[in-house]
Amino acid sequence: METRNSIRPPGPVVIDIENITKDYVMGEEVVRALRGVNLKIHRNEYIAIMGPSGSGKSTLMNMLGCLDTPTSGRYEFNGKNVAEMDDDELAAVRNREIGFVFQTFNLLPRSTSLRNVELPLIYAGIQPERRVERATQVLTDVGLGDRIHHKPNELSGGQRQRVAIARALVNGPSIILADEPTGNLDSKTGEEIMELLEDLYRRGNTIILVTHERDIAAHARRTVHLRDGLIEMDHAGFIAELDMPVATQTSA
Amino acid sequence: MKRLLYELSESWKIAAAQMRSNLTRSTLTALGVIIGIIAVTLMGTAVNGISIGFDKSMAVLGDDVLYVTQWPWKPVDDWWNYRDRKKIKTDYTETLNRMIAATPNSNLVIAVPTSNLMRSIKYGGNQVDNVFVLGTTSDFIVIGLFSWDSMVAMPLGAFNKYFSAKSDSDVRVKVKDKTRLADAKDELTGLMRRVRGLPPEKKDDFSINEQQAFKSTLDPVKNSIAIAGLFITGLSLFVGAIGIMNITFVSVKERTKEIGTRKALGARRRTILLQFLIESTALCLLGGFIGLAFAYLMCFGIGKAFPSFPIHFSVGLVFLSMIVSILTGLFSGFAPAWTASRLDPVAALRYE
Repeated sequence: METRNSIRPPGPVVIDIENITKDYVMGEEVVRALRGVNLKIHRNEYIAIMGPSGSGKSTLMNMLGCLDTPTSGRYEFNGKNVAEMDDDELAAVRNREIGFVFQTFNLLPRSTSLRNVELPLIYAGIQPERRVERATQVLTDVGLGDRIHHKPNELSGGQRQRVAIARALVNGPSIILADEPTGNLDSKTGEEIMELLEDLYRRGNTIILVTHERDIAAHARRTVHLRDGLIEMDHAGFIAELDMPVATQTSA
Repeated sequence: MKRLLYELSESWKIAAAQMRSNLTRSTLTALGVIIGIIAVTLMGTAVNGISIGFDKSMAVLGDDVLYVTQWPWKPVDDWWNYRDRKKIKTDYTETLNRMIAATPNSNLVIAVPTSNLMRSIKYGGNQVDNVFVLGTTSDFIVIGLFSWDSMVAMPLGAFNKYFSAKSDSDVRVKVKDKTRLADAKDELTGLMRRVRGLPPEKKDDFSINEQQAFKSTLDPVKNSIAIAGLFITGLSLFVGAIGIMNITFVSVKERTKEIGTRKALGARRRTILLQFLIESTALCLLGGFIGLAFAYLMCFGIGKAFPSFPIHFSVGLVFLSMIVSILTGLFSGFAPAWTASRLDPVAALRYE
């Protein structure tokens, strides 16, 4: 059994970000949300991105999730240059390579768990029988095999987040991008969700956790701290980091 | 291609779910389209009815007959040139028939006079208008009735004996081959000029009419009634379309976060565009069906209550109104759907 302290060799690079910047124009003012961020994320890493509000944490997450493109810099996702993709190409990357888990779950309220989880498969053009089969499988994997025909308002918060995680997993993505996944849950349920993420990590998934809670970030094997649009610290928590200076997990 | 199909079927399901969950709103919005479709369909049936009525009246005139009259069958500006023309006399027919018989290979068959001798009868307090009065004596025996708009046919001799004195009549000439109407017309013009004894330098002092001329005068009238009617009723449909557009904009606004989520999950612009287009189209189609059903019932009712009212429901009209509904849906959904498809996923996800 693997422990939290075991050291694993890193897999191939999934995300390779070099010197990206992002400027927003707010009225007359230009807000420099990211001022040159470098980041490499390998397959089967469990990384937490932390930082106070205004640190550029959300902006970086949007970049990583291919929801937005950088103003300058290079972003390679599985060796493909994402920075210059158009809307539809980005949509295809999000569909196949990225599984989103949101703080507010973002389930479609009038659809059953099954239909919610089917959605990415529809956008991927999978045929109906395969979709139901696959979605049922993934829902069973996250412990909701008996809730597939329930609608979100018939589920508890923890169950809703499980549906959302199943939806994130259903297309077999390269990364799971979880934005404050426990933010709307009580601590006990939150802990259950973190256990589920831990379990997914152990099964070989790459997980990127965006949070401002230290307790939650502590689940990750590596923590990146952002401040004022720059990476302030990149600790290799419990996994050997090769190309970044190693710091200790003492202060942020 | 397959993917598009799945997206389409998904969009229809969403549209149906949306309508069910916003029942009041959907019904009220569809009401605009329902009223619009009823108005347009009823106008359509009326236009159809008028057109059929025209053709029916025209058929009575016959398309193989030429009409010699004092006045032409088309509106004239220089009416004074026609007013003083000599009347057409009943006995012209005898002369004409003799001439026709004497012409080898004539395009004409026979000429008969017709006369408008309608009267109103009063008997005590009762009055009947537009009756053909055969006379107050019993010189005529009515041998049969046939449905020919208020007309009486009788032997020429009898006509001359009893009515020629009042004869301010028209002459109808039957043509042998209606594909050679123009030749027949030329021939008849020649014969009439001989009857009237006109020297070559004088203009015709009579008019020769045919059904076609009549029709070509009436067609523009009929068409402008149709266009004006459909345009005015189309306005009510336009108002309905604006209602749909409005509600689709509201729907896009309400579901901004959902749009963001869908985009995050891999929905492309096209997917979102189609989804909202299908929602507005589904609403319009629903309205169209209901409107059409009402219109059909109303036509049926009117047809039963007033059989003479010119109203005619056709299958073509059903297809037409369905196509109009779909077009209305696409038209009214396009702007909101376009807005939705262009939403920035980041901003949409953050929208509360």
